[in-house]
Amino acid sequence: MTLLWISLLPILGAMVPLMAGRQSRIQCAWLTAIAPAAALILVLQQAPAVLKGEVLRYSTEWIPQLGLELAFRLDGLTLLFCLLILGIGLLIILYARYYLSEKDSMGRFYSFLMLFMAAMLGIVMSNNLLQLWVFWELTSLSSFLLISFWWQKTEGRKGARMALTVTGAGGLCLLAGILMVQQVVGTLNVDEVLASGDQIRQHPWYTAILIMFLLGAFTKSAQFPFQFWLPHAMAAPTPVSAYLHSATMVKAGIFLLARMYPVLAGTDLWFFIVSLTGLATLLLGAYFALFKHDLKGLLAFSTISHLGLITMLLGLGSQMAAVAAVFHIINHATFKASLFMAAGIIDHESGSRDMRKLNGLIRYMPHTAILAMIAAASMAGIPLLNGFLSKEMFFAETLHQDLLGSLSWVIPALATVAGILSVAYSLRFIHDVFFNGEPIDLPKVPHEPPRYMKIPVEILVALCLAVGIVPNLVVGDLLYAASSAVIGQMAPNVDIAIWHGLNLPLLMSITAVLGGVIVYSQRKRMFRFQGQFQDRDAKLTFEYIIQSMVEGGKRIVLFIDNGSLQRYLLCLLTAIIVIGGYAMLNLQPLKTTREPIPLDAITLVGAFILCCGGLATAFWHHKRLRSLLGLSVVGLVVSIAFARFSAPDLALTQLSVEVVTIILLMLALFFLPQRTPKESTPSRIIRDLSVSGAIGGIIATITYAILTRPVSSISDFFLANSKIGGGGTNVVNVILVDFRGFDTLGEITVLGIAAIGIYKLLLRLRLSMPASDVIGRSWSPERYPMILATVSQSLLPLALLVSVYIFLRGHNEPGGGFIAGLVTSVAVILQYMAHGVDWIKTRLNLDYQRVVASGVLIATLTGLGSWLFGRPFLTSWFDHFHLPLIGDFELASAMLFDLGVYLAVVGATLLILANLGKMTTSYRPLHKEQD
Amino acid sequence: MLMQVVPVAMGIFCVALLLNLWRLLIGPTLPDRILALDTMYINCIALIILYGIWQGSNLYFEAALLIAMLGFISTVAVCKYLLRGDIIE
Repeated sequence: MTLLWISLLPILGAMVPLMAGRQSRIQCAWLTAIAPAAALILVLQQAPAVLKGEVLRYSTEWIPQLGLELAFRLDGLTLLFCLLILGIGLLIILYARYYLSEKDSMGRFYSFLMLFMAAMLGIVMSNNLLQLWVFWELTSLSSFLLISFWWQKTEGRKGARMALTVTGAGGLCLLAGILMVQQVVGTLNVDEVLASGDQIRQHPWYTAILIMFLLGAFTKSAQFPFQFWLPHAMAAPTPVSAYLHSATMVKAGIFLLARMYPVLAGTDLWFFIVSLTGLATLLLGAYFALFKHDLKGLLAFSTISHLGLITMLLGLGSQMAAVAAVFHIINHATFKASLFMAAGIIDHESGSRDMRKLNGLIRYMPHTAILAMIAAASMAGIPLLNGFLSKEMFFAETLHQDLLGSLSWVIPALATVAGILSVAYSLRFIHDVFFNGEPIDLPKVPHEPPRYMKIPVEILVALCLAVGIVPNLVVGDLLYAASSAVIGQMAPNVDIAIWHGLNLPLLMSITAVLGGVIVYSQRKRMFRFQGQFQDRDAKLTFEYIIQSMVEGGKRIVLFIDNGSLQRYLLCLLTAIIVIGGYAMLNLQPLKTTREPIPLDAITLVGAFILCCGGLATAFWHHKRLRSLLGLSVVGLVVSIAFARFSAPDLALTQLSVEVVTIILLMLALFFLPQRTPKESTPSRIIRDLSVSGAIGGIIATITYAILTRPVSSISDFFLANSKIGGGGTNVVNVILVDFRGFDTLGEITVLGIAAIGIYKLLLRLRLSMPASDVIGRSWSPERYPMILATVSQSLLPLALLVSVYIFLRGHNEPGGGFIAGLVTSVAVILQYMAHGVDWIKTRLNLDYQRVVASGVLIATLTGLGSWLFGRPFLTSWFDHFHLPLIGDFELASAMLFDLGVYLAVVGATLLILANLGKMTTSYRPLHKEQD
Repeated sequence: MLMQVVPVAMGIFCVALLLNLWRLLIGPTLPDRILALDTMYINCIALIILYGIWQGSNLYFEAALLIAMLGFISTVAVCKYLLRGDIIE
């Protein structure tokens, strides 16, 4: 349970600064620090047990159906990372209080920071790979927010986007790897996965799994060739850089490598990929760090280099190398975080980060200078500092491998070169900034920062010294526990000593220091040499690649989606012809056993009228109103046909939909140009005719084939269960409101959304209205013909009566909420036509949006109501009652649901039609733009 | 008796429908066509009612009722369009 609290506290803590944003800045910082401080105390409470080698676990169900649990574990490695995340996090909170200016929103910053902290804790504590991945993605997202904290700066936005793209892509690879592991091992539980290393290593998917995990880790930890995003992420405020890009987020990749070490390591493939990538990153980072004039740029590349060093150590595969890797994680986090904070102080108090301008600062800020110099010396690997110890272990490990056979000596040689470069850039950091003459036109006179801003740096530098001088005392136990967790068994008992005697690693260290001094003294020549290369900005390349991908995507979309409806139809129909036609070729025989219904003259006449109506609609399509009349004929005959073939429900629905459609089309027609020019070329007409002919033939064949086959469909089930299960004899209605109630609920929701969408689209639309009809006659002056007004007014109550009748009997006989709703809306629309919007406005001032919403709400609540009785969503209930005068009647919860359908249909139809109509009246919604 | 009369009546209404269709197709003016469609609605009502009598079922009555009501409204809408262009104002 404590584990749950450790991970929950920072999440809860993310809300604190948002609420405390109005308080003073110092109060905000203190309040924010409460949650991580509490979490840190909880972690420390658990520490003794963990250091003894125990693994603490906590798990509870999350989504058991998916095999997801909320599972946490706390072992040595996790403990180490928890201490780093929470400890450095607390220092960062204090530091950021003084770093951020008055203009920056403290609440927002701290909230993002806490979110990030929670995500990092989630990664290291997860005992479930998928859960780990969720937090992994959360770090990408929250780091995006943090990097772009100064969103007004273009570098901030671009850097954040780049970081998100690279780490996000890596995250997807990681997900693929995790899912493959799940397939192989059959579980996502970290404990069980860690125990099945052999199984994974021997599986044919091992290579794929390894590569996917490494892609995830390398992108996150900025390993070659993904190192380019990290320097651009330096656009973030310095506290963020100090936290994310030295101590925590970039270490998440390393953590993943360490966590999966017992499972994935130990093969040649692992050695080669991981150690060589690490080596390349180590060298590249160190080399470029030397040439950065920007303080944070130097530190960024140095971070890349050190991450490469840790990766390489993990890649070497020996147990001592793993211990060295864990040790360097600790050391790097301490000295790099303090260096970043020092760089932030320098930037903050002198107004520049350019090392060509910053000189001789030791006179202006001696205290900060000493702190920075100690940290930089640790980075260079000077004895008595923690950086020296782990670097020496690194040198020793490079000597103990035989990766490249007889060429294995190359690796220690290259490691020494990296050491030389690292001493050189550390020296540059010290000498260029604090000595080397006087500052050159800085925006302000440098001075010491506020007292409290230095405290975090002091603490970290003190740690560097303490670890460097008495390593076994300070981190011995933690290192042992963490390394054991990495290796998966008890770690070799290491005695970290400052003095091992005069041996090869020490010689390498000495060479590195001397070489570094020489390289730095020759820096002018090096700069000149480097100046010959074209300076390539990774941001431009990245943006170019992204932009060209977007362009490519657009081109593909434009090719398919070019805005021509004819084109879409052509593609769609051709596809149907090809696929459908091919299937029809194999369909033998066309006609089977089912006996056709005997043909009678009346049906034949109906079919003939239907065909004529359809043809006339197509033929007249340039003359819209006439074409509409043809369409009405089709609709009418179809409804009659439904009635004739015993589907009265469909007939009623078809009729009411038909008239609503006609009115809708007529409302829209008014705004269209009155005449349509003929635009199709003859060849196009032939093409269109042949495609439509072919599709017609295919559809007709399919229909005939279906109609002449004996069917066994699910309708038998509905017929049998409608009365006993749904309490209604009208199977269609029972299906709609009961068996398939969930579908209907979805449909009315969609209908409501569509209606509101149309309303919003029409809201500000202004269209030109034709002044005369198609032949040029002006419109009739009589707006509301009297006969029409009188007749329609008397029709309204009758129509409403009909709709109530249809609604009420819907459950047992043809009818239902949908048809009733349409009838009601048509009756109201008739009043609109006969009397105008003004007249209605004074009599029926309904907000149709609310009607839609209440309809959907009633239907949903009816569904939810069944939960009260412990039944699944939308379980229906019915019973029979007796009242004097009325007699026996039935009540069903489905009726309430149907009422929701009714209201949604009425609201949606009226919202669309009335607003289309209002576009020409003074009730055009103008009130919103009153200026 | 009814069983013999109803088919005959239905046949006659079918002929009427075909004539309506003819008028709808040849026009010549829009009011001609609208009137033809409206008459088609009315003839369809008759057809459905007759079919119901013939089948001895009252299941078809609502369909006829709705055609009567909605057909009227649809015709009104088209006429309003002819008169004013804008049917809701």
